[in-house]
Amino acid sequence: MANALTTELKLGLDAPICLTWELTYGCNLACIHCLSSSGRRDPNELSTAEVMAVVDELHEMKVFYVNIGGGEPTIRADFYDVVDYCIERGVGVKFSTNGSTITPARAARLAATDYLDIQISLDGADAATNDAVRGDGSYATARRAMDHLAAADFGPFKISVVVTRENAAQLDEFEALAASYGAQLRLTRLRPSGRGADTWDRLHPTNDQQVALYHWLLDRPGVLTGDSFFHLSALGQPLEGLNLCGAGRVVCLIDPVGDVYACPFVLHDTFKAGSVRNPGGFAQVWRNSSLFTSLREPTSAGACASCGSYDACQGGCMAAKFFTGLPLDGPDPECVKGHGEAALAGVAAGAAPSPGPGHSAPVRLLSRRR
Amino acid sequence: MRGVLIPPGTAAGEVRGDLRYRMDPQVALRPERFGALAYHYGNRRLNFLRSPLLATVVETLDEYPSLQASLDALVPAAQHDTYRRALSALATSQFIQPSPEEDRGQRTDD
Ligand code: SF4
Ligand code: SF4
Repeated sequence: MANALTTELKLGLDAPICLTWELTYGCNLACIHCLSSSGRRDPNELSTAEVMAVVDELHEMKVFYVNIGGGEPTIRADFYDVVDYCIERGVGVKFSTNGSTITPARAARLAATDYLDIQISLDGADAATNDAVRGDGSYATARRAMDHLAAADFGPFKISVVVTRENAAQLDEFEALAASYGAQLRLTRLRPSGRGADTWDRLHPTNDQQVALYHWLLDRPGVLTGDSFFHLSALGQPLEGLNLCGAGRVVCLIDPVGDVYACPFVLHDTFKAGSVRNPGGFAQVWRNSSLFTSLREPTSAGACASCGSYDACQGGCMAAKFFTGLPLDGPDPECVKGHGEAALAGVAAGAAPSPGPGHSAPVRLLSRRR
Repeated sequence: MRGVLIPPGTAAGEVRGDLRYRMDPQVALRPERFGALAYHYGNRRLNFLRSPLLATVVETLDEYPSLQASLDALVPAAQHDTYRRALSALATSQFIQPSPEEDRGQRTDD
């Protein structure tokens, strides 16, 4: 039954189930694993009117909810108007934030809004671990935002953690932290996307950590994962979820300038399907773009074909393969059977596609004045 | 989708054929090739209705005096059990529920 559904979903849907919409490339932080290499705003970002027109379109397509992110979406002056408009049009909102703009007053207003979920990013259970990735002071900022949401009785917000080699041993602490706030814990996978391409080698979990994570998740069906870890299903009993790469099939990304990509982790020309600014708008891209059409065609298992776990693991994540220079129809670089590591060893230095400079803020040189 | 998707094997409370049901007012359906996607804005859960007919049954439950009447009108008898199971799973995840009039009726009964 689950497999019949997977087959259906691979053919694509009338509208995405899970649409990520990054509203700005601007961000006050510079996390070293940022999937969108955010920092500076792009002068070409969608205007308020353009954003609202996209919301109208999502409403017409019956997109039930959007995951709004960035950059730090809340730095857009029209951010809360956009949120209100989405909700008014029946498009539920979940937004991701580093917490820096969640003041007590803002938290009170958010608590009074229905159909709104908030996700605070935290990548370490203590300041040292978190700030090494997200920047000095970012742990305190995130905790303060959580305090404000809890004080305002927001309800179960989400704490979103990218699992890394450094924090993989802190899962119990994250769980306890979430429980202390009545929050939900969400774990996602580190991909070599954006600035993550430069840090993935040293930050991605070891295989032992992956195995421990798999069992930890199996024991805790209440922990959310956004389907991140389906490549771990090759270890045995499949993790709960759709267990497939949804890129262009059930998932996609609208970036701050309106370009549509197959998923949030593939900001690269190869996976750009079109723009909401083109005639026909988002619906045209989703339904008819040649990229998405081809992603919905049957895929070959490639080098995974001889692996007995392909049904469960589907060869893993397309983005992870692409940015590490592996063939898309073969094992994931973090293949739990070790085939990824072997394949990685064969990738020539510099052969992996570059994610480009993105919107990282210029490196600040030490000032010689004074 | 973990934690959002209703797992196919979710233990279900049985629906009752003699009661009138309705789709929860916070649920929206979107037709898809395989049937429909259902989303519950309240509990943020997503459900796959695996045939167009099931989608029709869910959407029109409230138009029939009882769940059994709806099945009799719309679904071939051989599939009633399957549909009752599917509807029970939907009731468990709060996508459908006894119509409010039914609640009132039950209350006056005690
Ligand atoms: S490319 Fe990776 S992150 Fe993107 S949808 Fe596929 S599996 Fe998920
Ligand atoms: S070989 Fe391919 S299908 Fe098998 S576990 Fe590795 S990535 Fe998954």
